[in-house]
Amino acid sequence: MEVYLDHAATTWCCESVKEIVARTMVEDYGNPSSMHKKGVEAEGYVKRAKEIIARQLKAKEKEIYFTSGGTESNNLAIFGTAMANKRNGKRIVSTAIEHAAVREPVKRLEELGFETVILPVDSQGGVSVDALEEALNPDTILVSVMYVNNETGSVQPVERIAGIIHEKAPDALFHVDAIQAFGKYRIYPGRMGIDLMSVSGHKIHGPKGTGFLYVREQSRIQPQILGGGQQGGMRSGTDNVPGIAGLGAAVEEIYRDFDQKTEHMYQMKELLAQGLARMEGVLVNGMDVRLGAPHIVSASFMGIRSEVLLHALEDKGIYISAGSACSTHKRAGSSTLTAMGMKPEQRESTVRFSLCEETSQEEIEYCLEILGEIVPVLKRYARR
Amino acid sequence: MDYQAFLIKYGEIALKGKNRYLFENALVDQIRWALCPVDGDFQVHKEQGRIYVECQSKEYDYEECLEALQRVFGIVAICPVQILEDQGFDRLKEDVVNYMQRIYPGCTQSFKVHARRARKSYPLQSMEINALLGEAVLEAFPGTHVDVHQPELLLNVEIRERIYVYSQEIPGLGGMPAGCNGKAMLLLSGGIDSPVAGYMVSRRGVSIEAVYFHAPPYTSERAKQKVVDLAAQISKYCGPIRLYVVNFTDIQMYIYDKCPHDELTILMRRYMMRIAEHFALKDKCQGTITGESIGQVASQTMQSLAVTNQVCSLPVYRPLIAFDKQDIVDVALKIDTYETSILPYEDCCTIFVAKHPVTKPNLKAIQRSEQKLKEKIGELVDAAVEGVEVIEIGGQLG
Repeated sequence: MEVYLDHAATTWCCESVKEIVARTMVEDYGNPSSMHKKGVEAEGYVKRAKEIIARQLKAKEKEIYFTSGGTESNNLAIFGTAMANKRNGKRIVSTAIEHAAVREPVKRLEELGFETVILPVDSQGGVSVDALEEALNPDTILVSVMYVNNETGSVQPVERIAGIIHEKAPDALFHVDAIQAFGKYRIYPGRMGIDLMSVSGHKIHGPKGTGFLYVREQSRIQPQILGGGQQGGMRSGTDNVPGIAGLGAAVEEIYRDFDQKTEHMYQMKELLAQGLARMEGVLVNGMDVRLGAPHIVSASFMGIRSEVLLHALEDKGIYISAGSACSTHKRAGSSTLTAMGMKPEQRESTVRFSLCEETSQEEIEYCLEILGEIVPVLKRYARR
Repeated sequence: MDYQAFLIKYGEIALKGKNRYLFENALVDQIRWALCPVDGDFQVHKEQGRIYVECQSKEYDYEECLEALQRVFGIVAICPVQILEDQGFDRLKEDVVNYMQRIYPGCTQSFKVHARRARKSYPLQSMEINALLGEAVLEAFPGTHVDVHQPELLLNVEIRERIYVYSQEIPGLGGMPAGCNGKAMLLLSGGIDSPVAGYMVSRRGVSIEAVYFHAPPYTSERAKQKVVDLAAQISKYCGPIRLYVVNFTDIQMYIYDKCPHDELTILMRRYMMRIAEHFALKDKCQGTITGESIGQVASQTMQSLAVTNQVCSLPVYRPLIAFDKQDIVDVALKIDTYETSILPYEDCCTIFVAKHPVTKPNLKAIQRSEQKLKEKIGELVDAAVEGVEVIEIGGQLG
């Protein structure tokens, strides 16, 4: 049996995505910038995708800019804001649990002379709102807070944060990394007070190398990739028509029957989290099941290194992540878990299960059953 | 293309008496193999104590070709050769001057012409050719002068069917062609040392096979891929490598269950040596190779090495035994294994390492511990040997 429980790392493409990607690669392969019919045809796909996304966000089409994915969206939001607004202020506020695609750009800005404030989180991964209020001043030009944490599934009160920001630092732009949240929550950035929002395609059954940045109409950001002036000059480069069309199809699909899907994921998550909590020496991390995101469960198997557990499960056809997929390239360990105050022994033993709307009860039960078999064995052979 | 051939100079192997042809054949084989992936059509042949690589096709990648030759053990120097058609001596003079102009424009170095007449029917004798070509060069380059004893520039002119002109010597790796001195089994981990050890022994003319111990789920597929990549990288020098991948998990677990934990590493190493030797003997290797260096880690103290060595019947070659880490790293950087070696995947030697492993193991005590394994260890070793995965790396010698 093959059980893929690593949907926060990436997902498979759904059929409608595959179909439209293939079509725009082989048949309707034009360049939207071309003046002839082929170009117009291709432009239609881009326009259609933009319509779908704009409708889903209750936003305007011109507020959507396609990128190569979440990382580029985050980079564009952060550097774009800093460069366009550096005369208005120097302060940039972010959190201790951001993904590297936010953390590293912020770090670079600090090297460039910006003043950065990193907000702490509590042991469940919630950002301290008090600390935020304290950090905001009139010199603040950007606040970047992730919606759903990729490692623990912790959720930030984005709307409330937006309110505080716009009250205390009216000139600051509020960027939300919604890469793990989009498709799991209904997000209406305009109504929620979000100025910039990053989304990735491959986390919602779209193609890899796709994504977009929502930029509220009045927000001023500076383009970071210059060239032929595509997308109104905000992001040059020939439009990735297959990717964009695929992304549009994925967005359409993921929000169909949204409430049932979310409820189903929560039920599966509950089943998994409860099963894990019953196992000896297993700690389930992060927020309560229904307060966290519907698809991520973080758990620590004390005494077992996460990598070993991962490979042992792999052997049984179950695929999970150690911490988060993106942090395994570095040995340094997860900064999210560190920020939550987790001790190194626990961090080294922490894995992430992540579900999708198709994850079945049978799969969760199989996973729990296998864990019940292998965990005692692995524990016996711990490093002493 | 400016050069149509390379003259391969080999030092040491020319000294080897009656075995010489064996060494030369091995070198020719290695050169042919090294040139396989290079764009172009090459012919490698030996004649009169020389090896020539001739480029049959008009177009070939000079840089790639040179790089490939610079990775072949046994080559002392590589001379790019311009081949001229014999169109009379006056034309030769012109061509030689052109050659000089191209490579040494405005030359002011001292020089000497060294003619060699392989085709004895050529109308001029070597001494005459030397004198007349020297005159022509002097005329074209007034700043230069002839020095027959210590010339800065030696211009070689070989009269064969066609005429071969060369003067540059690009250094090769030296050593001896892989395969002319037998074969050995390398214990290859994912670390920095063992690939370097394999490279160094191979440089003395030894073909390499390798054995890697993996321990799923404690070591990952990526750790194994890393070892395959390392083997592929050193095979660019050593020639094709047969890699044995042995699943060591059950043996490791069994030792872990039965024996004192601080002896785990040394016991594991003894079983690794035994298994490596099993494959070495099966494939008629004359020794095993390890990357051990005295005192580097607990299992490499003099005492530990002695205890490990005690299970071996074949000689164990340890080329890095007296190297400092930095010296090893320098070689690893040179042969381009370093970047791969430092990828952070655990190998099976590190996963269960005790906080304080024994550094001065006592042979008797270790043997006593092994007694505790008597019941099942034979079975487990057999199963590991039986279940081995064999990966052939680098194809085969042509």
